[in-house]
Amino acid sequence: MSEKRQILKVENVTMQFGGVVAVNDLNLEVEEGEIVAIIGPNGAGKTTAFNVITGVYAPSNGRVYFDEKCVVENHPHGKQKKLYMGENADAYSRVLEPTPDQLTKLGMARTFQNIRLWKSMTVFDNVLIAKHLHRSSNLFTAAFRGNRKEEQRQRQEVDELLEVVGLTDVRDELATSLPYGKQRRLEIARALAANPKLLLLDEPAAGMNPQETQELTRFIGEIRDRFQVTILLIEHHMDLVMDISDRIYVLDFGKLIAQGTPAEIQSNEKVIDAYLGVVDDAENT
Amino acid sequence: MSLARTVLPYVISGISVGGQYALIAIGYTMVYGILRLINFAHGDVFMVAGLMMVYLVASVPLVLAIPLMIALTVLLGFAIERVAYKPLRTAPRMSVMISAIGVSYLLQNLALYITGGLNKNYPAIPWISDRITVFGMETTRVTVITPFLTIFLVAVLVWLINHTKIGMAMRAVSVDFETSQLMGIKINSVISATFIIGTFLAAVGSVLYFTNYPGVVPTSGAMPGLKAFVAAVFGGIGSIPGAVIGAFIIGICESIIKGLDTILIVNGAITEQIGLATFSDAFTFVLLIVILVFKPTGLFGEKTTDKV
Amino acid sequence: MTETKSRRASWLALLLILLFWAAVILLDQIIKPTDKLYMLLTVLQKGSVYALAAVSMNLLNGYTGLFSLGHAGFMLVGAYTYAIFTIPSTARDTVYQYYNAAIRVSFPEIFSGALGGFGTVLGVALAVILAGLMAAILAYLIGLPVLRLKSDYLAIATLGFAEIVRAVFQWSKLGPITNGSNLLKSFARTSTFKLSIGEMSISLSTFVPVLIATLSITVIVLIVNSTYGRAFKAIRDDEVAAEAMGINLARHKMLSFVTSSFFAGVAGATMAMVLSIAQANNFKSAMTYEILLMVVLGGIGSISGSVMGSMLFVAASEWWLRGLDSGRFLGINAPGVFRNGFRLVVFSVVIMIVVLFFRKGIMGERELPDLFRKRKKPAVKEATE
Repeated sequence: MSEKRQILKVENVTMQFGGVVAVNDLNLEVEEGEIVAIIGPNGAGKTTAFNVITGVYAPSNGRVYFDEKCVVENHPHGKQKKLYMGENADAYSRVLEPTPDQLTKLGMARTFQNIRLWKSMTVFDNVLIAKHLHRSSNLFTAAFRGNRKEEQRQRQEVDELLEVVGLTDVRDELATSLPYGKQRRLEIARALAANPKLLLLDEPAAGMNPQETQELTRFIGEIRDRFQVTILLIEHHMDLVMDISDRIYVLDFGKLIAQGTPAEIQSNEKVIDAYLGVVDDAENT
Repeated sequence: MSLARTVLPYVISGISVGGQYALIAIGYTMVYGILRLINFAHGDVFMVAGLMMVYLVASVPLVLAIPLMIALTVLLGFAIERVAYKPLRTAPRMSVMISAIGVSYLLQNLALYITGGLNKNYPAIPWISDRITVFGMETTRVTVITPFLTIFLVAVLVWLINHTKIGMAMRAVSVDFETSQLMGIKINSVISATFIIGTFLAAVGSVLYFTNYPGVVPTSGAMPGLKAFVAAVFGGIGSIPGAVIGAFIIGICESIIKGLDTILIVNGAITEQIGLATFSDAFTFVLLIVILVFKPTGLFGEKTTDKV
Repeated sequence: MTETKSRRASWLALLLILLFWAAVILLDQIIKPTDKLYMLLTVLQKGSVYALAAVSMNLLNGYTGLFSLGHAGFMLVGAYTYAIFTIPSTARDTVYQYYNAAIRVSFPEIFSGALGGFGTVLGVALAVILAGLMAAILAYLIGLPVLRLKSDYLAIATLGFAEIVRAVFQWSKLGPITNGSNLLKSFARTSTFKLSIGEMSISLSTFVPVLIATLSITVIVLIVNSTYGRAFKAIRDDEVAAEAMGINLARHKMLSFVTSSFFAGVAGATMAMVLSIAQANNFKSAMTYEILLMVVLGGIGSISGSVMGSMLFVAASEWWLRGLDSGRFLGINAPGVFRNGFRLVVFSVVIMIVVLFFRKGIMGERELPDLFRKRKKPAVKEATE
């Protein structure tokens, strides 16, 4: 398409749980610097797609490329072979199932639909732990403070990051004592602390009122510009999605039914059909 | 032929021990199915049942002592749940497990205090502790009765669970605790019923078990308890038939290992004792670890997936 | 600013430790075996062993959230390793009277030959470290299959492993190494540790276990406060989030398990030193339960809590509640009730009360220094609100 680098490419990914095909032959691409949204009614397989991309689930079939390298690959084998109900069953032959932490090390970081902060720790520590993957120390040198310089640098970086996201005043509070909107923000800050190339946000505006949503929209735009990250997000709030996305993918019953710019999606018949009667309750959640 | 002849006695006593473990294992598996709790105190309740029998026989006739012992044991099981587990219903699972360990510690120490740490001879129960001859081998009648009694009790239990209202409630609660509560099932009575059934079977099991052993000491319950729990895990925790089959397998393996030296010597595999009997207890845990590594859900367990 | 503050805190901690050591050495000289206070020394010795065991268990159960019940097994390995490598050659054959001892190496002997008194110390230290290493290696092997298991399955699998270890060590075929089911004795024990300066002889029998425990616990504190300790806590709080943030679960769980077991091994070695015997049959799952209850008493997730919990536990069961066993307690004479075992009953009831009603234990998740900081915090909060 253009000379820009492709950060993420999902190729023929199918995810089947028992007899349920949650994601069916999904293909999507994200280029460097883009904000791309995945939308779709509840149960369309959006979060499942996220979980496949981030390594929580190994897909039943298909490939995921990250930063132009194949990082996940699977094909129906063993018991799955007979049960497999998706397409392209013979397209792949390798099994490459990294754990989520390995993918995070490559440069992906995510947030969760239902906020998953570390409850017993302060805001500062929550963000600091995300720096753990960039350590150069081992247990020994860390225990005897051989990594003092690194630790100091990381602490400083975290303080700077907290300043940017506006959480400095709650730095030493327990993460769970924050109001909901700030917890969401903290989760994003934590993901950013891992210095990702690709940031995956799973319903960042869930449970927010229109004003908070607006603030968040602005915040996500700022993050992209300041940290030079590419963003892939799942969202139900159409205002937010239409506002900031460069491109949108629409999923329904695990299948991709449309893709394009916000304007194209808004006028797409299939999308309107899929959403009819669902829009209301999606906005309430 | 000679192999079969030497192994057979161990298999028979193994089936018997397995039947006793099965009666304890059901208590573990049912409680785990409903509360997701390893009831570490269950083995000690079993030991207390044994001790109660010793003391009751000293003061009342045997006909009265057995039902009285069973009733008191059931009461103890019920009380433990009410006092030590019910207040922690909303607490993390680790807290409840710690509470169970605490109860186990308390029961053992109580037993130590009351018995003064001495071995208490288990009363000989007429008829079932008589010596009889089966297939040309001399053994006690209880050895022969145990597997049949176990299977009978399990059949009754399975019938109860499948055909009564409380049984249905139990199955519902073990599938989904919260939803069952929302659907109006009286969770506390279901849990109490589970503990009552579990301790009842353990009490019956204690009569069969201790009859074959010289006596009861405060730690008598720990090992059979652990083994019964392993049996429950082996069969797939939450599954009653699984627990019973697991218990028989463990009982038989344990018994064969106890006699493995002799079996091997008779069959010419080795020439002298090599002390394999030391591993009769440990082998249970080897089985446990093998099953956990290769089939964590046990032989008949259901698979569950975590949602992110 | 926080940097200088934390540095000052470290110096203060060091000073307090040194003072504590000096006090222990002093007490050891003043208190005679016939004194009533002699129990204090016993409590300090045994308490150190249990404190270390409890803290190392807390690293795993409290900080990493891995509910493991294999502690007694690792302590057993530690105790045996230490004992085997410190039995002097003259006593070796008496100890192994039924077997032909296979290992005939005594570290203190080897080194004292060349280095004198310092060599003995070095030999004992090496044996203690080797005890930890053996436990750690065993933990690594066990960890490979079992650390993938979920909470209670992990608990039961580690418990099972401890039982297997106990059986293996009692196996007659291993008699030449482990002395089978007979006990090991005559090895370097605390009561023999003395410092001779000219005519003066300073007993170190209480200081040595205290020293081992404080050094080990300090290392654990350092680990907990390092980036690895934070990663462990992240795993405990939310495994999924930890993994998503780049923490390799398998590796970190293994690190925590191996470290915890290393110190359990050291605790086992110290226990052998203090009790002057090592016997596999003492390291039953009941010992693990007791240590777990000490951790709970002090507060899961608090190191100072674990230390207090175990010291209290040992003091109460060895000393303060003794009267409950011997007929007279708090001036009440009731030999009928206060007889053997009553102390443990009272004790178990107290523990049940803690488990049920004071679930956070003595300290909750706080540490000792937090208690002094506490006064300032609410004031700050009021100001911001």
